[in-house]
Amino acid sequence: MTTNRLISILIPIISVILGLIAGAIIMLISGHNPIEGYAALWNGAFGDQYTLGETIRRTTPYIFTGLAVAFAFRSGLFNIGAEGQVMVGWLAAVWVGLAVDAPMYIHLPLALITAAAAGAVWGFVPGLLKAKLGVHEVIVTIMMNYIALYSMNAIIRNVLTEKKTTTAEIHGSASLASEWLQSITYFSRMHYGILIALFAAIIMWFIIQRTSIGYELKAVGFNRHASKYAGMNVSKNIILSMVIAGAFAGLGGAMEGLGTYGTVSVMSGFTNLGFDGIAVALLGGNNAFGVVLAAILFGALKEGAGQMPTGAGVPTELVDIIIALIILFVASSYIIRWALLRFKKEGK
Amino acid sequence: MEYVIEMLNIRKEFPGVVANDDITMQVKKGEIHALLGENGAGKSTLMNVLFGLYQPEKGEIRINNERVNITNPNIANDLGIGMVHQHFMLVEPFTVTQNIILGSEPTRKSGKIDIKRAEKEIRELSDRYGLKVDPTAKISDISVGMQQRVEILKTLYRGANILIFDEPTAVLTPQEIKELIEIMHALIREGKSIILITHKLKEIMEVCDRCTVMRKGKGIGTVDVKDTNVNELASLMVGRKVSFTTEKTLANPKEVVLQIADLFVKDTRKVELVKGLNLEIKAGEIVGIAGIDGNGQTELIEALTGLTKAESGTIKLRGKPITNLKPRKVTESGIGHIPQDRHKYGLVLDYPIGENMVLQTYYKEPFSKGTILNYKEIYKKATELIQEYDVRTPSAYTKASALSGGNQQKAIIGREIDRSPDLLIAAQPTRGLDVGAIEFIHKRLIEERDKGRAILLVSFELDEIMDVSDRIAVMFDGEVVAELNPEQTNEQELGLLMAGSQVNGAGENQ
Ligand SMILES: Nc1ncnc2c1ncn2[C@@H]1O[C@H](COP(=O)(O)OP(=O)(O)OP(=O)(O)O)[C@@H](O)[C@H]1O
Ligand SMILES: [Mg+2]
Repeated sequence: MTTNRLISILIPIISVILGLIAGAIIMLISGHNPIEGYAALWNGAFGDQYTLGETIRRTTPYIFTGLAVAFAFRSGLFNIGAEGQVMVGWLAAVWVGLAVDAPMYIHLPLALITAAAAGAVWGFVPGLLKAKLGVHEVIVTIMMNYIALYSMNAIIRNVLTEKKTTTAEIHGSASLASEWLQSITYFSRMHYGILIALFAAIIMWFIIQRTSIGYELKAVGFNRHASKYAGMNVSKNIILSMVIAGAFAGLGGAMEGLGTYGTVSVMSGFTNLGFDGIAVALLGGNNAFGVVLAAILFGALKEGAGQMPTGAGVPTELVDIIIALIILFVASSYIIRWALLRFKKEGK
Repeated sequence: MEYVIEMLNIRKEFPGVVANDDITMQVKKGEIHALLGENGAGKSTLMNVLFGLYQPEKGEIRINNERVNITNPNIANDLGIGMVHQHFMLVEPFTVTQNIILGSEPTRKSGKIDIKRAEKEIRELSDRYGLKVDPTAKISDISVGMQQRVEILKTLYRGANILIFDEPTAVLTPQEIKELIEIMHALIREGKSIILITHKLKEIMEVCDRCTVMRKGKGIGTVDVKDTNVNELASLMVGRKVSFTTEKTLANPKEVVLQIADLFVKDTRKVELVKGLNLEIKAGEIVGIAGIDGNGQTELIEALTGLTKAESGTIKLRGKPITNLKPRKVTESGIGHIPQDRHKYGLVLDYPIGENMVLQTYYKEPFSKGTILNYKEIYKKATELIQEYDVRTPSAYTKASALSGGNQQKAIIGREIDRSPDLLIAAQPTRGLDVGAIEFIHKRLIEERDKGRAILLVSFELDEIMDVSDRIAVMFDGEVVAELNPEQTNEQELGLLMAGSQVNGAGENQ
């Protein structure tokens, strides 16, 4: 039992190390110094207060989208729709931030709740179609992503602005930005969202591990027939799982809308926050705390990548390649698992 | 003496248990060799070692006197070893042929799969051993017995000379068992050797040449079947004497608990399988349903438990209608259900066995307060049940999938009896259990009866029906065609009624 647990923790770590080694080899081949490259990456992510603040800022929405994918996955559902759920959450948060005038203790929670609700609706639709008609959630969530993208653009152009591509700045009473956090991080865009994200991770852990709701959600994910036999409402649980997942992703969008940017803009393509969330969840083993760690790694890699061209002449594309390699190694974790077990046996 | 397989001093450990401890087993060419042992004795584990699924910690394996190292099932295949598992491994939406050739597809020069050639070969093989399998049928459309034959064909197609059968008869009807025995004889005639795991001692006496006995992971010895008898085999494996007939006092039926009137139920393919069924069960009696598989028993149970909707008719529990209630409501109104298919319905295999023990009660006090689970109470209850029902597991925290088949079954039975429902539906409750466990479960069922519960027993084992029931209802073509007193009938009469023929005098009422 304990060895199994150890192995599940070792696998993502080994995957990351292998990804970094492979990245080093690619840097060598393409004529760059990998030590300089990684030093630049490290400095770019954790080098000073500013980069640290920016890394945390980037980590925040990854935590939410990672949770959104992981939560659905625990009940056997593959939520590819975190992307669309992020966008509607972002839009809803900014909308409330602009349209409502209220003191902060009302305005900010209201904006957050609206964002969560918007994401939840975007999760509800695929959940409902899966539960009642058996339509596969992957297909519906992908379509929901496009609906989110184009509706968002249309609403920004026609409702929130007059044919402009970016909305006005939200009222201060709905903002997560903090002068204090900015001042201790040399004016990075770090905001209070990270606290909400960590709290959300605790919530997910609590629901999944400690409540009868989580017991049902997991049971439905493992064995639908046995869940039905046990008297659980399978449809309800599928919908609930997608709704909660959508709410997490919606909050992830609010982090960008209320924290980082304070506005929402017309987008020509996806934010990728939701799609990266799939990788975060996978790397984090679909476990709440694993997701937090994986999100930090993703935030650091993406932020640190900015330093690599200037610091070591390594193109940022290479960082994307390293991230892709890490995911590849996680996805083929069974090979690592096999090797570990093999190794354990020889050791005996 | 010439042995095809020798497994010498095998040791295999799992976290917390030694599943095989210094086991030796030698199989002669052309024999049917039985492997006998209690639930959790380590039989499936030993065979998985031979098939290359597990690596032993110690010991050696010899095939035809040559030492071999079977590190994966492909090597086992190459050595001519084939295995028919306790739980089948088939791809449901694929056809028989597609399943059989999976992993060793015959190809044309162009690299395309030559399905026609494969079909022809499979048909020939099937004819040669009398398997009667249609190579073009889809797995999801054929019966369990047929699926098993597909597993057999799969091994033969890969050129197996040594076949391992892990409890093949547990899932078969008596008629199918007869046919399987024929098939095994045909295999032996063609020069194959067979290892057979079964808990049914009569089968061992009937078809096997020798028998290796295991107890709690240790080897007890190998005996010649012609020099032994059922009682000796039973005491060898359990380590004490086992009584085969269930002792019970006369039933004392009281008020009516279950009342089924004019029930019609369709199966998933919309075929009507229960056609106007009537049945009553009283408190303090065990009613056994005898019938050939496919005469509506499964659909009847699913309608009773709310898993399927009834088309029409009424079901009443203690006078209250429960027709077409949701499973949760049915459970709460006082029905317990030991399902026929333990992996599909009975357990969440990825949950620890402890959490499986509260599968229907997790949301209630003391296991939950509000929506917060109380793991301390859950595991306390689980530990009690595990002890009371002798579920052999390293701990309550072990995943249900790591338990042996029989111990999974004991866990389900314990859970269902413990909720002490007014009506207990037991479908094939002793499937896959060893003789000792069967004795224990039958005793518990009778105890429950004496406490005033109503029990509906569905079983393909006529012995079980005759021994345990107080009243037998024969089901044929979706109806109860006769109700009999077990004291006043015999297997022959039952057999005829089950086949649909009217026996003169066999009253509609007892
Ligand atoms: N994958 C596994 N992980 C951990 N323990 C296991 C695993 N498989 C089997 N065991 C343990 O090994 C022991 C032997 O199990 P095995 O399945 O071989 O029994 P069996 O003789 O086939 O019993 P049955 O008649 O009930 O099928 C049991 O105690 C079981 O809990
Ligand atoms: Mg077994």
